[in-house]
Order: sequence, then C-alpha cells, then structure tokens
Amino acid sequence: MIIFHYDKSFEGLLSVVFDAYLRRSFPEQLLAFNEPEPLFTVTSHTVYTESEKTERVWKSLEKKVEKNTLNMISYAWLSELPGADELIYRYICKTFDSPYSIETNFADKDVLQLRQLAQKVSKEKHRMIEFIRFQKTADDTYFAPIHPDYNVIPLIVTHFKNRYADQEWIIYDTGRNYGMHFNTRKLTEVSFTDTSLFPDGKINEELLADNEQLYQQLWKKYFKAITIKERINPKLHRQHLPKRYWKYLTEKG
Amino acid sequence: MKPEVLSKLEILAESAKYDVSCASSGVTRNKTAGGIGNTAGWGICHSFTEDGRCVSLLKIMLTNYCIYDCAYCINRRSNDLKRATFSVDELVELTIGFYRRNYIEGLFLSSGVINTPDYTMERLVRVAKELRVTHRFNGYIHLKSIPGASEELVHEAGLYADRLSVNIEIATEKNLKLLAPEKDHESVFKPMQFIQQGMIENAELRKNAPKLRKFAPAGQSTQLIIGATDENDKAILLTSDMLYNKPGMKRVYYSGYVPVNTYDQRLPALKQPPLVRENRLYQADWLMRFYGFNVNEIVDDRFPNLDLEIDPKLSWALRHPGQFPVDVNTADYSMLLRVPGIGVKSAKTIVMARRFTKLRTYDLKKIGIVMKKAQYFITCLELPIRTVHETSPEYVRKVLTEKKATKKAVDPSQLTLVFPE
Repeated sequence: MIIFHYDKSFEGLLSVVFDAYLRRSFPEQLLAFNEPEPLFTVTSHTVYTESEKTERVWKSLEKKVEKNTLNMISYAWLSELPGADELIYRYICKTFDSPYSIETNFADKDVLQLRQLAQKVSKEKHRMIEFIRFQKTADDTYFAPIHPDYNVIPLIVTHFKNRYADQEWIIYDTGRNYGMHFNTRKLTEVSFTDTSLFPDGKINEELLADNEQLYQQLWKKYFKAITIKERINPKLHRQHLPKRYWKYLTEKG
Repeated sequence: MKPEVLSKLEILAESAKYDVSCASSGVTRNKTAGGIGNTAGWGICHSFTEDGRCVSLLKIMLTNYCIYDCAYCINRRSNDLKRATFSVDELVELTIGFYRRNYIEGLFLSSGVINTPDYTMERLVRVAKELRVTHRFNGYIHLKSIPGASEELVHEAGLYADRLSVNIEIATEKNLKLLAPEKDHESVFKPMQFIQQGMIENAELRKNAPKLRKFAPAGQSTQLIIGATDENDKAILLTSDMLYNKPGMKRVYYSGYVPVNTYDQRLPALKQPPLVRENRLYQADWLMRFYGFNVNEIVDDRFPNLDLEIDPKLSWALRHPGQFPVDVNTADYSMLLRVPGIGVKSAKTIVMARRFTKLRTYDLKKIGIVMKKAQYFITCLELPIRTVHETSPEYVRKVLTEKKATKKAVDPSQLTLVFPE
C-alpha cells in the first residue's frame, strides 16, 4: 500500500495531489504526520505543503471544472469528516485523468458521494443561517453562540455581513472554540479562553443589554401564540427543527 | 419598548395564525448604505412551530377589531375575544428588534377591517412606508390587501411591500355568500386586478426608468379554506389553476378549516382539520406548477375528488398504466417527472448521469429515487421484475397502501383512557 503523510490542511491536500502526479505514485491512504502506518505499507512519503504546489493544482482544477464544483470541494472539506480528504483526493485525480468532465457522472461512487457530502454541509449552512439567534449585550454587540455539526462559520459570515452591515456582531462556534467578529467594517477571527460567560449558549444576565430579556420574552410569547393547537404535530416539528439545535434557540430554551 | 406590548403581541399573533402564508422568497434586495438588512431571494425559515409550520415572517395583525362577521373567521365581530391594536411605532420597533436578532425575515401584516376598507388599508400602508422610508428597512414585507380597498391605496402598498395578498377564502361565490354575506367575489378579485395592473404598468415604466422602485416584486398570493364548505377538489383546483394563469400569482395556499366557531350552524362539525385532504391538494398544486400536469389530468368529472389514500401522481399513474413502464435511460425529462417516486431533483440527476453510463437499479437507489413506488413504473438496464403490467393497478395500489404492522400490538379488548386537556 502507498501511504502519504501530510499536515491535514486543505492546502496540504492539494500538495498531496501535486506530489502524487510528480512522483507518478498514487496513495491509497492519507495520514497525518504522526499517525502510525498500517502493516502492509510499501512506500510512504511525506508531503510538505508549499503554496506553489497548491496554487498550481487549484488553477488547473479551475480550468477543468465549474465554479460550482470547486465550491462542492470546499464544502466537503469543511465537513471535517474522517475520509473526506481521501474522497476529495480521489475526486480530483478522477477529474484530471478523464478527458471529459465527470462532474455529473452520478453513477460513479466518488462523484455521487462528494455531491452528497457537500449537500449535507450546505444544509447545515442553511440551518445556521436560519437558526442563529443573536443576543444583544450591554456594549451593543449582538452575540450568537452556535454548535454546528460541520465547520460552517466560513460559509455563513458573508450572509450576516451583508444583512447586518450596520451592527457589531460575533458568531461563535462553541464546539470548535472560535468565532468571527464583525465590527461594521471588517471580519476578524476571535477565540475566547473564558467560555463561562455564556454557559449553554445563554449569556450571563448582567452582560445583556437593557431590553434584551424583554425581546426574548416577546419572541417566546409570539412563538407560542402562533402555534395552531388543533394541528400540533411533534414529529413534523422535530423533523424541521431537530432537537440538537434547541439549546441555542431562544424560543425553545 | 413598553411591557404592555407583550400582551398585545400575544392577542394579535393568536388572531393572525390561521393565515397559512409565510413565505419570504422571490425577491433579492442588497444592503444599502445606512439601511437595515437585505432580502435573500430564497426563503429562509427561522423557526418551526409545534404544528410543523415555518416561521419566516413576523405574522401579525395591526388590529383584530373587525366590522365583518364571516362565519369561518376567529376575529368575526360577534366573537367574544380579547381585542387589541398596535400603534405604528410599536410595530415598527418590534419588527426591527426581531429582525436584528435574526428571528425573522420581515413582516407579514394583516388586519381586521375597522371603519372602512380604505381606512384600514391606509394604516397598513403607513406601517410599510414607515419601515421602508424612515428606517430604510430592506427586509421582506408582505401586506394583506383589504378587500374593497381603493386602487390608489393598493398601488401605494405595492411600492413598499414585496408581496401583496388578498384571500379568496371560499372557492365558489355561492358558498362565500353563505358564510360571509357582507363579502362577494368581486371585492376580492378587484384588488387582485389592481395588483396585477400595478405590476404590468410598473414593468412598462421600468423599461425606460430601470431605477424606478419595483411594484410588489414577489408578486401576489392568496388562500383558500378547505373543508368549511361543500366544494369538491375539482372546484378548488380549477380555481387555483385559473389564478395561476394570471400574471404575478405566485402561490395559492390551502388552509384546512380549523373548527374555530363551532356554534355556527352553517359550518360543518369537524373533529379535526382535514389535514390529509389539505396535503393532497398541495401535492396536486405542485404537480400543476412543477411537474407539467394539466389540472384536467388530476381531477375530472369521473374523479372530482383527490384520492386520500395515495398521492395524486400515483393515482394518475394507476389510472393510466398504458403510459408505463418508462425506460429511465431513454425517456424524456417530462416523462420521467410523471413517474411516481421520481421528483424534480432526481429526474434532473438521472438526465445528467445517463450521459455517462446506463443506469441500474443500484444507481437509481443511490441517486435517491423512491424505488418502493418507482419499481412498478420503470425499466432500467436490468429487466423489470414486476411492473404495473405484470401485476395490476389494483395490486400496486394494495401493496403501496398497506399499513406496516405497528410494533406494539394493541389489544382491541383493552379500553383506552382518554385524558381531556
């Protein structure tokens, strides 16, 4: 078996593709630097991430596939699932090896799988756009803690940047422990060391703006009042609004 | 924001909840300097109520006082319920406060009729104008057009709102007269025509002045109440087909009648709203809009009502077995769409994927086709096992409607305890 070690970054993955074609040896498994190799390793090679390699691979990909496919590749990468890197690697190789576009060949296992993975991430992205709830703090920053299944913050910040262009906000991923801060001009990455300020997604009361609790109460009241009791359907409710998101939803908390 | 808004919000949301429309799609508006928000183009549901409906807009009434006494409506003047009225400022502040917290996409404002239709309409327009002009709000605004309102006011409303809607409520005029003697179809169709004219005129003007504000860019919608009167599905679907043929009509909503005014003898005594029938009507609506079905193919004089047991597409397929089996590797896209178990997405995927290779059952399953239904209506690379011809429409129907045995068998001799709320 041929093994490549790399730094588990997206740039690194593109460098893997570069090295594979350069060496004419195509790995069956991609491992991190310190991961132990399987028993029947024949050759192993360590890939060093270099921007020239990365750019060359990405540029030739841009020539071969549509923009939409490039997006799909980045979405699949952000799923951060084990095996996603090998899937992307196989997909890119198939793209380069084929004389015609394989993007819609859904009878191919990898092509279909990549699309389905990208769709899952995209769905999570949309759910975050829907379900994020900002809480206004005393210093007029709107704060939204989230915990998405996939690392979707990079995919959603543009939406919120355009929508709330005149307000200062932070979207914070409590699972991956980083967030994005928008100061009405530009985005910066932030990371809190003290997460006790917002246990369970609720900001401590003394840090909230004056009328924030009233607004939360208004929203809860509204949410209850708009339900038609004769039509209650818990199964449908959970299907649209899965339980794992309830923690961060003002109206369900 | 004063705390008494809390009780007003509760009363007026309760009064607005029976209107089913809550879409926020169909218009893209970018942020503006000094303005608030934008509109995404695709609908965004911010939450889902416990009845499973999407909450996209702040669906609220300006007031639930009403001069009318329509039998199907919770807010009829003879009902003894709490009444309230929002001031323009309260409503504007509430909308923006909710919007900034990502609770909603915008406002869906309706109202009971107070004094005259024009008086009411004028107040609705004032809220929209205040949001759009004073606060430069770029989010979604859906305004209800009050039946009987004047053309000038409807026209002004269209300049601030993204979508306008007038509810027909009852599909035939005879029954509308029965339940709402003070209304007639003309008072509903008039404002619809105003909206339509406004859109056409505006499109004409914008040819020479592209920067001109768009008139109701997300078109108009309407609602039909199902099950409060004796119309059959054919009458309802013909009405919606007629409406969809008019320019600018984006959606017809079907609202299963929730028995709100049980004391009224003109209304049927229902135990619960006709939810299955409502669902079948939506499926038929989708067939007309996205699947290329003609309304006469779905319902006709022989079958004036939709089958409640099976969906309208399967029902059509079983009535026309001669059209099947369809070869997924060669059939037209339009024919693929007619196969039960194949939706718009999977039909498109099939058309793309079959350029590379002939598809097998395994591929179709992977792509996401519901083989449980589709197997009787297609052939692919393998030989078909049992299509609707090898068996019979009756057999397919029987297999597909059989209920799975429930895990816990209930002893029929055991009496059940009923806990009233």
